[in-house]
Amino acid sequence: MTMMRSKALLGMGQPRMEYTPVPPRIDRPEFIRPADPVTLLHLRPPEAKAIPNVKVGDTVKTGQKLSLYGNGDYVTSSVTGAVSALAPFPGSFGRNYTAISIAPAPAEEHDDGLLAVHQAPSLATAWDFLAAIPGLPGLQRLNDADRPLKTLVVCGVDQDLLVFTQQYVLAARSHDVQTGIRMLQKISGIEEAVILTRREAVQGYGGHSVGRVMGVDHRYPSATPQLVMAALFGREVPAGRTCEDLGYCFMSAEAVASIGAAFRTGRVPVNKLLTVIPKDGVPRLAETPIGTPVGDVLNRFGTAAGPGDRIVAGGPMRGRALFSLDYPVQPDTDAFMVLDAAAAAHSSDYPCINCGDCVRVCPARMQINLLVRYLEAGKYADAEESYDLNSCVECGLCSYVCVSKIPILQYIVLAKHELARMRSTEPLNA
Amino acid sequence: MPEKQKLVVSFAPFWHNGNRVTDRSLQIFLAATPAALFGVYRFGLSALGVLALSVSSAVLWELAFTRVAKRPVSVGDGTAAVIGLLFGMMLPASLPWWAVLTGTFIAIVVARQIYGGIGANPFNPAAVAVAILMLAWKQRMDFDTALVNYAFDFPAAFPLGAVKAFGTDAINELSLVDLFIGRQVGGIGSICGAALLAGGVYLILRGVIRWEIPIAFLAGVAVTAAVFHAANPFKFASPAFHLVTGLTLFGAFFLATEDASSPVNFIPMLIFGAAAGAIAVFIRNIGVFAEGLVFAILVGNLIQPLLDKIRPKALGKVG
Repeated sequence: MTMMRSKALLGMGQPRMEYTPVPPRIDRPEFIRPADPVTLLHLRPPEAKAIPNVKVGDTVKTGQKLSLYGNGDYVTSSVTGAVSALAPFPGSFGRNYTAISIAPAPAEEHDDGLLAVHQAPSLATAWDFLAAIPGLPGLQRLNDADRPLKTLVVCGVDQDLLVFTQQYVLAARSHDVQTGIRMLQKISGIEEAVILTRREAVQGYGGHSVGRVMGVDHRYPSATPQLVMAALFGREVPAGRTCEDLGYCFMSAEAVASIGAAFRTGRVPVNKLLTVIPKDGVPRLAETPIGTPVGDVLNRFGTAAGPGDRIVAGGPMRGRALFSLDYPVQPDTDAFMVLDAAAAAHSSDYPCINCGDCVRVCPARMQINLLVRYLEAGKYADAEESYDLNSCVECGLCSYVCVSKIPILQYIVLAKHELARMRSTEPLNA
Repeated sequence: MPEKQKLVVSFAPFWHNGNRVTDRSLQIFLAATPAALFGVYRFGLSALGVLALSVSSAVLWELAFTRVAKRPVSVGDGTAAVIGLLFGMMLPASLPWWAVLTGTFIAIVVARQIYGGIGANPFNPAAVAVAILMLAWKQRMDFDTALVNYAFDFPAAFPLGAVKAFGTDAINELSLVDLFIGRQVGGIGSICGAALLAGGVYLILRGVIRWEIPIAFLAGVAVTAAVFHAANPFKFASPAFHLVTGLTLFGAFFLATEDASSPVNFIPMLIFGAAAGAIAVFIRNIGVFAEGLVFAILVGNLIQPLLDKIRPKALGKVG
């Protein structure tokens, strides 16, 4: 995967990095049955006490809700089988999960909870059964009286390079997407629906009767919600606020299709579509139950990870490196990528030389050359107040072009996290 | 879960465009080399001696300081060598060794390392060193005095000195093309405008320097010189003359563009370049020095932090 790292001889222009379209000759998604137990990650609230309604040895059905902490939060079993383990699982940035392992049984049996009520779609039903479906719809946003939503934005474009999961869903499951849009409009009262697709594909989607189709620029990171808001809707999201604050609800095509399929069939969808990017660079599509370990997915494509190689959940710009082959497919995992050790970017502690490449590449027009000095010094409050920390859309282009190889994006994400943490503890200290 | 292989992790992005500080230094060094070699051709081995001493002593000062200050050894990034080369290219070929050593000490230790090293210098280190040498050893830095023992097959007076002393009568005979291809007296590496222009264009195309700064600088020089020339064509030289003499092209492409001491936003780069170019002509025409371009660069550096306050409004910025 070194092709994107090579420099043009004439380096005057900005790096021109374009989203990857669905390859014209792509095999249908390969279904991967997990060889090992699937692992569902249930967010564990601080000081939570587990309610013992899920125990090791319990048998669960495909599509069954598993709620450990009685706070309304739940995960959905993606297989039929017996719970084989409950174990703590550390997430990033201080989040903690409980990993529920389920050993798949040979015969599959579907939970029939949704089947009884799917004919009468409602927000309560959706919230009751579909919160953890593939694509992770973020249903709580639909029921926020403080932030009424007026536009549903269906992302048929992907958020990272090399990944084409959402584009594939939009093309291959357009019926489910349309059903999903209708259902979402019905249960939430959202009036307008917009479908985002690649610019040249706008004409091809003329048949969509349920929403306006809009084309997104090919150039990374145009598909980022904040940039879509500015470029296509003419609304800039105020720094530190969200698209929902302006009445726009961005949802992945897969989440919408999953909702469509759920209400159409009465079964909770549990299989996640993934773009798998092996070291040879030839991407493939895979479909697998949520919770399947990344190792199982990669084994299927004969992709082993050698010493120093990165296994990334997501794409090369925004993905997250995984520390274990046991890491499970999550409802919002769109890709797995294996990156050769030699091709992986290294960061350094070299100082900023003020070349300004980051400033010119930043889609949020931030003064990164100045910001990074504050971040390096841990002056997060100043960074937020004077140097637009909250304008960042976390595309990673600044780190990508930095000649000093400063891990700028990491600094920014850390700073945002630290500020949020400080705010959440402030009332306790007061 | 039998497998407990722990994988190497790092933070996104996992790709990098491959640009490195060392590569930038190498590009600048390469781009400056033709003009420097022309100086060796023009002034002989003494010029080579000055350049070699300047580059090597700059590297050694950097190495020595980082050792004493217990900072990470940074000579490998090539920036000290670049500063040494650029400093040497502005000197007369006859400058004695002790003055070269003093100059590189000022450039590397005083103007750069004291402020924190690479990326932290508020002023262009090479320009600071030349400015201090011009004030300290006026005669040795004066090209007419310094190069008095050289024989040339072209007028052997420093063109900017001639026009300052005698008005445009003294330079009317000079061909602009001759001046541009290096048939003139000046700093070792700053006399051949053609080579400097080629090096500068190369750096712009490679994305090492930002085109806005040299273009604005040259425009600042040309416009200001045109105003003076229009006011008194007998006293003040034409814009074209100003563009091809002294340190103009060298300053535009190799001094004003120094990363740490120049702005990065579009409008500030234009103001910075234009202001420095204009001040350079002011100093030449009504200042004390026949060629005070390094002072103009330093004044530009001085206002750079203020200039970079002119910046586009960030995405979603409130207020």
